[in-house]
Amino acid sequence: MRFRYLIDRTSKVVVLVFALLALVILAAIAAYNLKAALPAFRQAGVLHMLFGTEWSLTNKEFGLLPMILGSLMVTAGALIFAVPLGVACAILLAEVAPTRVRQFLRPAVDLLAGIPSVVFGLVGLVIIVPFIRDFGGPGYSLAAGIIVLTVMILPTIVSISEDSIRAVPKSYREGALALGATQWQTIWRVLLPSARSGIMASVVLGMGRAIGEAMAMIMVLGNSPVIPKSLLSPASTMAGTIAADAPEASGVQRSALFAISVVLFLLIIIINGIALVILRRGSRAQNVC
Amino acid sequence: MSSRLTKGLILIVIVGLLAGSLVAASCGGKLSGTITESGSTTVQPLAQALGEEFHKKHSDVQVSVAGGGSGAGITQVNDGIVDIGAASRELTSSDPPLVKHILARDGIAIITKPSNPVTGLTEAQVVDIFSGAITNWNAVGGPDHGITVYVREETSGTRGAFQELVMGSAKITSKAIIQISSVAIRQAIAGDSYGIGFESMAYVNETIKALDINGIAATQANVKNETYPIVRPLYFLTKTQPTGVVKDFIDFCQGSEGQKIVADNGYIAIS
Repeated sequence: MRFRYLIDRTSKVVVLVFALLALVILAAIAAYNLKAALPAFRQAGVLHMLFGTEWSLTNKEFGLLPMILGSLMVTAGALIFAVPLGVACAILLAEVAPTRVRQFLRPAVDLLAGIPSVVFGLVGLVIIVPFIRDFGGPGYSLAAGIIVLTVMILPTIVSISEDSIRAVPKSYREGALALGATQWQTIWRVLLPSARSGIMASVVLGMGRAIGEAMAMIMVLGNSPVIPKSLLSPASTMAGTIAADAPEASGVQRSALFAISVVLFLLIIIINGIALVILRRGSRAQNVC
Repeated sequence: MSSRLTKGLILIVIVGLLAGSLVAASCGGKLSGTITESGSTTVQPLAQALGEEFHKKHSDVQVSVAGGGSGAGITQVNDGIVDIGAASRELTSSDPPLVKHILARDGIAIITKPSNPVTGLTEAQVVDIFSGAITNWNAVGGPDHGITVYVREETSGTRGAFQELVMGSAKITSKAIIQISSVAIRQAIAGDSYGIGFESMAYVNETIKALDINGIAATQANVKNETYPIVRPLYFLTKTQPTGVVKDFIDFCQGSEGQKIVADNGYIAIS
């Protein structure tokens, strides 16, 4: 009897410890990044770094604006394409497709989600970059990055959105159809709003993957530290720049890379925070009857 | 009583985990007979060849070779992560003090796709192209099309040597496309009819062509007789004077057998 009690206690303790450990590790990483970034912030000044347009390690110029904009533009571009496509595909799989089609397509989508980024980068490098070169510019461009990133985040959005749509209770569908709604009206006006928090979650996850993507972006964006003036212009991202320049001798230059890391961290926190706020407002407005 | 038991158990588990991780961390010693090298991608194939030959003669020694660029090699050998760091440029005042062991000399070729009609440039034209002053091929005798400049990442030794030997105080244009290894540069140039880049002469193969500089052809012979203007040293770096297996390996590389391998791989042996 006491043995069962001990097991119960111990398992609670172990789980709590691991949860705390995860938090401790996260806090430690954040703290180390901040500490390592301080020399660069002190040398170049935080405002100058955030809004400066010149990035050159050799010339000790630490302007982060081109790569901040690059990350945001390539992520936004990918979301503009991936969200409508992904949600449409999710609707197709959840509501429209016959069972046998779904049984084939859904595992295929899940498989796509597991393919490592380097593979997408390679395909982008070998096929997409020369294709874009035909339209002008070097081919290594924002457009190439957006295409690759769209394909990369699509499976995430499709699978999680589809699960959310399927999770809507049958009574909602039946109620709508009983009231005389068509299938599309049911989907558009009842199912999608009900599945809204799940779809938002899938978009946030996709956005997280997009903004942190380094390897594939190094291979197709061109990594030029300039503010992209057009879709055909080369660009650079924060994660890509860290990965490309990471092994660095001089102290203040390595510190600058940590500074990029801190900005990236903050950006992700801000974006996730905004998404959480939208989610909470959405679920409050939804009254489940 | 039960909450004290809980707190006690938590404390024991945390202490146990910390102690365990400390023990694991201190167990990462180097095996005798393994030499770790990393750094310049220019030196990498050479280090690989030298390591394999050394292993054939001393089968109990493993030489592990990695890339990462000259910057990485310098940092990692200084931090004690690897035994030997490879650099394809001179050390500067901002580099940590390391012991240099010269391995070879290597020319830097200015490369384009073979289909490009331009066959040679002057050093001044090279500086203008890479700094963005000249942006169209027709200014240097080529077709009427924009020039796409390809460079390595800023921590690359090849780029550092190029900056120092060719550009001088002129800055490389920020519009240049950055590729992160010697092989990636070669592949990018081989695929772009209007591209130009720089590369270790040992990496030039049939997919790209090296331009004449100031009328001197980019050949090993011209590097040897010192008429080709863009040449840099290739170094193995160690943190202190090397001892034991590492010293044996470096002596081998600088000796006649190692230098023969250097020449066979397309680099210039130190005479």
